[in-house]
Amino acid sequence: MTDFRTPRSRAQGLGAAGHGVSHWISERVSSVALIPLVLWGVFAVLRLARSDYDMAVAWLASPVNAVLLALLAVVSLMHMHSGMRVVVEDYIHRRITKAGLLLLNLFVCALFGALALFSILKVALSGGAY
Amino acid sequence: MVELALPKNSRVQKGQHHPAPAGAKKVKTFKVYRYDPEGTENPRWDTYDVDVEACGPMVLDALIYIKNTMDPTLAFRRSCREGVCGSCAMNIGGRNTLACTHGWEEVPGQTCTISPLPHMPVIKDLVPDMTLFYAQYASIEPWLHTKTPEPQGEWLQTPADREKLDGLYECILCACCSTSCPSYWWNGDKYLGPAALLHAYRWLIDSRDEATGERLDDLEDPFKLYRCHTIMNCAQVCPKGLNPAKAIAEVKKMLVDRVV
Repeated sequence: MTDFRTPRSRAQGLGAAGHGVSHWISERVSSVALIPLVLWGVFAVLRLARSDYDMAVAWLASPVNAVLLALLAVVSLMHMHSGMRVVVEDYIHRRITKAGLLLLNLFVCALFGALALFSILKVALSGGAY
Repeated sequence: MVELALPKNSRVQKGQHHPAPAGAKKVKTFKVYRYDPEGTENPRWDTYDVDVEACGPMVLDALIYIKNTMDPTLAFRRSCREGVCGSCAMNIGGRNTLACTHGWEEVPGQTCTISPLPHMPVIKDLVPDMTLFYAQYASIEPWLHTKTPEPQGEWLQTPADREKLDGLYECILCACCSTSCPSYWWNGDKYLGPAALLHAYRWLIDSRDEATGERLDDLEDPFKLYRCHTIMNCAQVCPKGLNPAKAIAEVKKMLVDRVV
């Protein structure tokens, strides 16, 4: 129980990190961007559901569709990364577990983002030939 | 710290039952959290059948009745008994509030459960340790900071600027808000909590204060400020009807105004 640190020192901790606004803004900006992107994505999936392979490839070869799909993938994974990060910071207090989960979060999101981006570009640029 | 179950030495056991005095007509049962720091026993729930016709209308009246006539060992804080001092904040019927302004008739059912403010270290019975809470309040430096040489008279403020402090200066630091906030439960060591942040905003929008930038610098932190996830428990429980969540949102907006 013996702790001679003053309460004020405990309350101040390591001081203010001096960041947080940019994270807060990027959370809101990605949310706003995702509203039209997700609506477009749902609409696109519904349309593609009725088409065959060649039609789907042709659809993705269109620059507008390819770019919007790439943006949807990247923005949603960035949004997921910042959301999961907050959850880990909220609930995980053991330093090693926290670091591990934060790294896992980053790596998983980056991996899926890179895979999605590469796949979209591959189909869009090569017209689906593999 | 996130803890889903209480540690072994904190699990609350069944305690003693104190029956109502003979001849009591209207009885309400008060289930009260008891913890004696000098003993080795776990905390317990004691039940008191209170003759409510013999005591006043508020939960605090019932607690005073219990202490005076049934069990003098019960410990709780109280002072003004009219909602201005904030001493008797506790969890009544599952909700943080002031015992002095909350009527026992407002608690539905036959039993009224009373426990200390949630997730605070307990000193004894209903008395929590508020040391860190007060230190967090002190850390936002709740006084006027100026650089301009002091004027002859007072620092002037227009009525419109004065009005900006309404809904903030009324806070009595009872801690009902902070201790109802899950974010404060999990990260209370780093997150300042709704009460301290409401006061931080009170000084940020004070037109006479000249340290707005430094104050914002001290708040811009993922934990000190941004652990607020707009859960809104603070606004729901505030016994003074204030809205700490809104004050925190205003602080976040001020930080955005700095960069955008």
